Amino acid sequence: MLTAIAIGVDGLVYASWLFLVAVGLTLIFGVMKILNVAHGSLYAFGAYGAATMVGIYTQAGLAPLGAFAMLLVAALIVGVVLGVVMERGLLRFMYQRDEVIIVLVTYAAFLVLEDLIKLIWGVDPYYASEPYGLLGISEISDLVFSNYDLSLIVMAVVVGGLLWVAVNRTRWGKLLQAVIHDREMSEAFGINVSRVYTVTFVVGAVLGALGGALTAPMISVTPGIGVEVIVLAFAVVVIGGMGSVPGAAIGSLIVGISRAAAVHLLPEVELFVIYAVMSGVLVLRPQGLFGQTFAKRI
Amino acid sequence: MNRSYQIALRYAAALAVLAAAGFLLPQWAVFLLNLALSKGLVVLGLLVLWRTGLISFGQALYFCIGGYVVGMAGLYLDLHDAFVLLAFGTALSLAVAVLVGFLVARYRQIFFAMLSLAFSMILYGVLVKTEALGSTDGFNVGRPTFLGYAPEGEALAIVSYLFTLAASAAGAFTVWLYLRSTLGHLTTAIRDNEVRVEYLGVSVRGAIHAKVVLAGALAGAGGVLSALAVGHVDPEMAYWTTSGEFVFVTILAGTGNVVAPFLGSALFELLRTYAFQYTPYTWQMVLGGTLLLLILFLPDGIWSLLSRRKAAPSTRREA
Repeated sequence: MLTAIAIGVDGLVYASWLFLVAVGLTLIFGVMKILNVAHGSLYAFGAYGAATMVGIYTQAGLAPLGAFAMLLVAALIVGVVLGVVMERGLLRFMYQRDEVIIVLVTYAAFLVLEDLIKLIWGVDPYYASEPYGLLGISEISDLVFSNYDLSLIVMAVVVGGLLWVAVNRTRWGKLLQAVIHDREMSEAFGINVSRVYTVTFVVGAVLGALGGALTAPMISVTPGIGVEVIVLAFAVVVIGGMGSVPGAAIGSLIVGISRAAAVHLLPEVELFVIYAVMSGVLVLRPQGLFGQTFAKRI
Repeated sequence: MNRSYQIALRYAAALAVLAAAGFLLPQWAVFLLNLALSKGLVVLGLLVLWRTGLISFGQALYFCIGGYVVGMAGLYLDLHDAFVLLAFGTALSLAVAVLVGFLVARYRQIFFAMLSLAFSMILYGVLVKTEALGSTDGFNVGRPTFLGYAPEGEALAIVSYLFTLAASAAGAFTVWLYLRSTLGHLTTAIRDNEVRVEYLGVSVRGAIHAKVVLAGALAGAGGVLSALAVGHVDPEMAYWTTSGEFVFVTILAGTGNVVAPFLGSALFELLRTYAFQYTPYTWQMVLGGTLLLLILFLPDGIWSLLSRRKAAPSTRREA
């Protein structure tokens, strides 16, 4: 029983974390058909930004709870700056190229950003553990959980909910759906597609940075943290169906629970259970659980 | 006839120069060339896939299998003969590629890339978590022998290099023959229009499967050779960044000729060595910048600079 609860809660926490990290990636893919390898760098920048901001904030000796706001502010700054620079400065010139070429462009951006991190922050680890300790712990039938971890579940629900409302219940969301459905037709109807692209990419970048910023208090922020996150986020997004936000949620849950189960029951498979699940899903349903199929071009 | 004879002569001369280089160049340069040729074999496989419009972010799977065959055969089976190891490693990656091919041949574009990546990451996970497979440390590889001949020191470096050179030449020749065969001509055809290829009465899936197997076997051979050259194998060989490097070299080299991958690979190793030496914290940035410039200004790779004819129809597809 205890194991079941541990798996359930750990799985939910891990799933929430995965969702926060992956949702920006799937949003960008859904609208722009770009598989953004640099998403991992956005995550890493978010984490570094958060660590820096929290560090400055703590030194200033202000009300400790404000450190949480610092995480969000850092994600916003990092995401907007990098998102605008990447989309306006680079990707916009690539839209007429093949999807695979654009993947390589973002891979190049990833390589550049990885070293930019080392140039800005050096190679020593950063810590932003203040918010983590602040929330304390809680016990669920004898098992101790950190409240910060549990708060990730809330964050994931809030972010997912806001995104759902934005896409389905606002004017901006309607425009977005039109662009997803048929780019040329939307242009013909006077939708400013290039602005929709910029906004989408920036929102996706902010979400990626937010994933990193919220992770920063739980880890030591070192170079290379983005590298692993990229493939994790890919796996989640592919499982759910590329470009589908509900898919990303379901994908995160599947991956989160199966990894938690692996950690508690069969630690040997922990590292690759995610990719095993991904392969399994792709074999049965190539387009992912929530993906759409496309007709072949003759 | 006369012209193809000339071309053959030119390649033979290039091969002779490369072989001579093994004796003349300093040891570090021979090592660099050895490694570049080994990895060039992997890129050669990617060339076949790239011409078919496919890109694999998972060639590290076969590369790593080849490497681990060397590491484990030496440790558990006491096998040290380079010829046996090469045959064994290539055969094993070929077998794995046959199995993996059944799954990935159904996919295109990003899904092909990602599914390949998933398989290489599974291997990475297995290796890191299994003590018997060396965990994160991997294995040291013993000194190889060559049909009973067991050189040491500088002689070993030279013989090992010549062995790699011979294997690479054989690989390049095989792929060249393959690309001239009917199945080989079904590369660009599939990239341009799959449905029409099906109308011709060819199974696209079967053709792609064959290419995946060929690429996998080449990557396995590359893994064996680079393990022999480096003398060590570890799980990093299966990590996705290793695959990323191979893709990088494919773009750098261009896919115009079966020699291009080796040229690109040598250039890449040089670029990396120097970038790492002079700007240790920004060498990835140098690589990334180079990749961007290549995609923007030289989409057919450095080989397009060398081929005298006006660049062959671009590999780009108009979206």
